[in-house]
Amino acid sequence: MSFPGGGIFSGMAVTLRNFVGSYFDPDRLTTNDYSWRPVGKLPQSAGEYPKEGGEQLSDTTTVTNYSRNFPMLLHDGGVSPMDTIRCVACQICERECPPQCIYIEKAYDENGKSIKSPEKFDIDVSVCMSCQICVEVCPFDAIVMNSQFELSSPDRFGGLLLRRDDLLKSNDYYHRIHPEEAAARDQRMAEEKAAKEAKKKATAEAAKKKAEEKARAEAEAKAQEESPGNEETS
Amino acid sequence: MVAPNYELIEQEGLETSLLEVSMGPHHPSTHGVFRMDVKLDGENVVDLKPVFGYLHRNHEKLAENMSYLANMPFTDRLDYFNSMTNNWAYALAAEQLVEIEVPERAEYLRVIMAELTRLVNHVSLVGFFVNDLGALGTPLLYAFREREKILDLFEQASGARMMCNYFRFGGLRCDVPEGWLAQAREVVDQFPRFLDEYEKLLCENEIILSRTQGIGKLSRELAVSAGITGPMLRASGVAYDLRKVDAYGIYDRFKFRVPYGEEGDCYDRFMVRMLEMRESLQILKQALDNIPEGEIMGKAPRVFKPKPAEVYGRIEGPKGELGFYLIADGTPKPYRYRVRPPSFINLTVLRDMCLGQKIADAVVILGSIDIVLGEVDR
Ligand code: SF4
Ligand code: SF4
Repeated sequence: MSFPGGGIFSGMAVTLRNFVGSYFDPDRLTTNDYSWRPVGKLPQSAGEYPKEGGEQLSDTTTVTNYSRNFPMLLHDGGVSPMDTIRCVACQICERECPPQCIYIEKAYDENGKSIKSPEKFDIDVSVCMSCQICVEVCPFDAIVMNSQFELSSPDRFGGLLLRRDDLLKSNDYYHRIHPEEAAARDQRMAEEKAAKEAKKKATAEAAKKKAEEKARAEAEAKAQEESPGNEETS
Repeated sequence: MVAPNYELIEQEGLETSLLEVSMGPHHPSTHGVFRMDVKLDGENVVDLKPVFGYLHRNHEKLAENMSYLANMPFTDRLDYFNSMTNNWAYALAAEQLVEIEVPERAEYLRVIMAELTRLVNHVSLVGFFVNDLGALGTPLLYAFREREKILDLFEQASGARMMCNYFRFGGLRCDVPEGWLAQAREVVDQFPRFLDEYEKLLCENEIILSRTQGIGKLSRELAVSAGITGPMLRASGVAYDLRKVDAYGIYDRFKFRVPYGEEGDCYDRFMVRMLEMRESLQILKQALDNIPEGEIMGKAPRVFKPKPAEVYGRIEGPKGELGFYLIADGTPKPYRYRVRPPSFINLTVLRDMCLGQKIADAVVILGSIDIVLGEVDR
């Protein structure tokens, strides 16, 4: 615009259009509005917070598929979760965690032998930066990200230190919060297991074959050994 | 360097002297904890000393004490507006160490993420910049409304809105979920409408014009010799863009222009960013059209333990040349790790731009540099 003040004037028109438009067009709202997001991913309206009846928002809200907050340890169900815990206390995640917020102690049986499960597994979530490195380095698919976010506590130290039993969650729960990711992980694990078993079978067979061959070779050698020996003595 | 042209007012019976003011570290215009020691003659700046380091987090030494991969989430926290491009520069450096081939789809996704990041950065920079000029709230909120849509895309792809930690040596951590590309296209298609409106709101506004034109001029020579990069260098009239010069990734496949300014004043720096957003949209459109299906992770070694070598990886970040310099010594940790942060180096000419200007303009000039203290102080 060429008259003096025209630039300001046209700018004002834009603000006016946005102000009036925000009553009709949710796209013009500058506050939270989820309506443009894919249906089902997020609640259309989160309602009151905190929810009545002690229900937590993060229990009912499936955030996006890859959403990550803090890690959790997986178990495969069963009577006691410790029977099927996947973690073998190899401590790779403890070593790799960038801010060093994982603390693991191995469990031992009464003879002092390691039983390949964690006695202690603590994560200090006040330090954890939700980076998911522990998930990536774990060779046993034992640790994955939780999307639980309502963890506030009046206790600054103990309240934000998650112990092993707080971290233990079932695979079913994982399927509930991250369905696609969990399915992909299960599939990959099944494939790996099948491949491992096939390999084991193959190596077992090979070993069996080898043993047979060895036995045969030995027998032959023995026969040969015996025959020249016989010649010598004769 | 501009000679300070000041003369103390001489008047009989009136004693005048210079006034030293400490602006910051908690000043709203400094975008974080940054301090300017300003010497004033009345309202004119006669000397200025930037003081920083309040947000120093030992980033480089930390990285030397952990594995290559474990440092990736820390690069997010350098310039926390642009975690995707930070990841890319670091991945680019590390990939040279072990020579991993990045699959086609990952390359395209990297470009898409980087250009979306550029939109996020420029759109919020412009919002903050006019906020510094006194346009409190309104333009910034319009900018954040658009930024929010892009952050939602990031969240769906990587799980986090700002600390994405999405790039890996040899590709990306995970593929984007189903329907993501269509959604990204929708955002890209709607963005020009917002830009048109934003330009109408700001670019011809007389107050903005009079407060930015001719303010904080940075000459071409000084910009080049001080090592200024990014939109700030281009605003001074040097059409230098690493996406064209290096053509890292697959940038040689896209058609886009490099906007540059003439005067090197605050208005040029502001306009260069506005124009760059349009070019980013062009790149995004082409990338979304051509992205193939396929793998997103190359053959990376399970244990990242490079042979002794020295590499430098750089990209054209939204703020300028972002580089990572690594020395590997055959262990799983880098022997030396160094970041070349664009906003830190762009900040070095602050004094030259501010001398002789009014104190109120120093705020505008600082805003036009586009600094993030997480990156300046590291
Ligand atoms: S998410 Fe990152 S910071 Fe948190 S425990 Fe895992 S590795 Fe450590
Ligand atoms: S969570 Fe995984 S990496 Fe960590 S100790 Fe357990 S098995 Fe090892």
